[in-house]
This record gives sequence, C-alpha cells and structure tokens, in this order.
Amino acid sequence: MLVTTALAIVRIRSLFAVVMLSGVFSLLSALLFVTMDAVDVAFTEAAVGAGISTVLMLGTIALTSRFERISSHASSPIPLVVVLITGMVLVYGTLDMPNFGDPNAPAHVHVLPDYLERIPHEIGIPNMVTDILASYRGYDTLGETAVVFTAGIGVLLLIGGLGRRRRKLVADDKKSEDA
Amino acid sequence: MRHHLILRVITKLLVGPIILFALYVQFHGDYSPGGGFQAGVIFAVAFILYGIVFGLDKVKQVFPEWLVHKLLALGVLIYAGTGIYSLFAGYNFLDYSALAHDPEHGQHYGILIVEAGVGITVSAAMVAIYYAFGSRPPRISDEEW
Repeated sequence: MLVTTALAIVRIRSLFAVVMLSGVFSLLSALLFVTMDAVDVAFTEAAVGAGISTVLMLGTIALTSRFERISSHASSPIPLVVVLITGMVLVYGTLDMPNFGDPNAPAHVHVLPDYLERIPHEIGIPNMVTDILASYRGYDTLGETAVVFTAGIGVLLLIGGLGRRRRKLVADDKKSEDA
Repeated sequence: MRHHLILRVITKLLVGPIILFALYVQFHGDYSPGGGFQAGVIFAVAFILYGIVFGLDKVKQVFPEWLVHKLLALGVLIYAGTGIYSLFAGYNFLDYSALAHDPEHGQHYGILIVEAGVGITVSAAMVAIYYAFGSRPPRISDEEW
C-alpha cells in the first residue's frame, strides 16, 4: 500500500491530491510503526507527518500554485536507472541487518541491557523511551529542542513578520526624518 | 469559511478535547507513549485547526504572535536552565538528581520539567511557522479549491 501511494504521488499532477496522498503515506507508515511496537515513533509520525506537514503543504500550495507544471522536455531514462540502482543497493544493504526482534541484534546487546537494569531503581518511570530520551540522552534532546527552535526562527526570518516589521520601522523612521 | 456551518460547529467541539489530549500526552508521557514533542504538536494543532476554520485574526486574539515568539525561546530556556541549575547544585549538567533530596524523585521532576520545555518550544514553533505561512496573502482564491 505504501508503494501504491508513492506511485500515485509521483503520477498525479494535482498538487492538492498529492498533499493529501502524502498525508495518507505518513499515516500508513505510522501504522507500520505500530505493528512493529514502536508506539512513540508512530505517535510522532501521525502527529507531525500526517497532521502538521499536510497543513503546511496546503499553506504552501495556497501561496504558490495548484498544479504541477508539465515539463517541456522529454523525460530521459537516466533518473529511473539511478533510482533503480540506488534502490537495489539499499535493499542489498538491508540483507545484512538482523531480523526483526532478534535478541542478538547490535541494538539489543550494546547499552540497552544496562539501561533496562538501571532504569527501575535509578529513575523508576515505566516508559523507558521517556527515561532514555529525557534523562540518559538529555543532551541529545536539548539539541533537538534547539533544532526545533532554530527551525521556527529560520521560518520567521525568511517568510515571517519579523523582517517586514523592521522594514516598516525603517520606512517610518525615514518618513519622520523627511518630515 | 463562514458558509461551512458543520465545520465551524465541529471545530468548536473539537478544540477543547484536542488541548486536553495534548496535556494528557504531555503529563502522562512518563507512563504511556508520548512526551513533549508529540504533545507540543497536538497542542499546536488545536490552534491551527481553529485558525483554518475561523481565520488567522481570530486565533491571534487568543494566542497573539508576540506570545508565540516568547514561548518559542522560553521552552529552550527552561530546558537549558534545568541543566544549569543542576550545575550550580553541584551535579553534572542535566543531572536531574539535583532537583530533590531523593535522586529518584529528582529524576521524575527533571523529566517533567524538561518535557514541559520541549512541549512549549515545539508547539510555539509549529504555531509560529503556521502564522508565518498563513499571514502571507494567498494567490489562490477561496472558490478555486
């Protein structure tokens, strides 16, 4: 189903439908995460991928155009070949990965047993994802929060009201000087 | 969107529960899936939904732009401030054991405070980005959708 949605996204020219389908795509991958027991990730994917980014894409469409421009030059086979080769390399790479739920997978033997042993008596919060994310990996989460902050500031500087307000102030200053 | 009666009524019904659910995800994140990032997004969604249906001016009356900008920075400050507090209390940076006599309780408080900081920044960032997009005059008229 993910593949069908992705193909539909590539083929359809109406950007409104494309945005809706990308929301569907996010929701489907959230379901995939749920079936793999990664509930926290699924939650984020559903909220951010299917929710917010759809709204932001719609906002972008409202500012730009509703239909994809049909490209004038004939499509060449090179992009398809590049994508196919990259895809095959990626699939080949996954062959080396441990099976889902394999107890001997590198992720399960490195630091996780240590965390599982320490969390009940060091922190005592049942949601281990929260424990690791907020306490043992506090630096990383601080960095992530800073990234979100920077993203917000960046959008504000690029298209938000901040610059406009300053320009208006400058214009007002000029006006008062002229007067 | 003045002519969409159903949308307006449903939105009014939904905004409250969405915010309530965001707070649940935020503060129950220690025991169930969820946490600051998810809660922040859900919290922002309530305002974005209201903004889509009732117009940007109406949301800005509830959640003014200057407040959003202040909250955007406040969240990061809360997070970093917790770390700096634990430094001054004689522990490592972001070691929440500094926050209470019992280190385990300190961890609980620390995670709660830090997640609150994350939630505030994320929701403010989402609303700020939405305001930034929405404040520009659209080039497509309402009828074209």
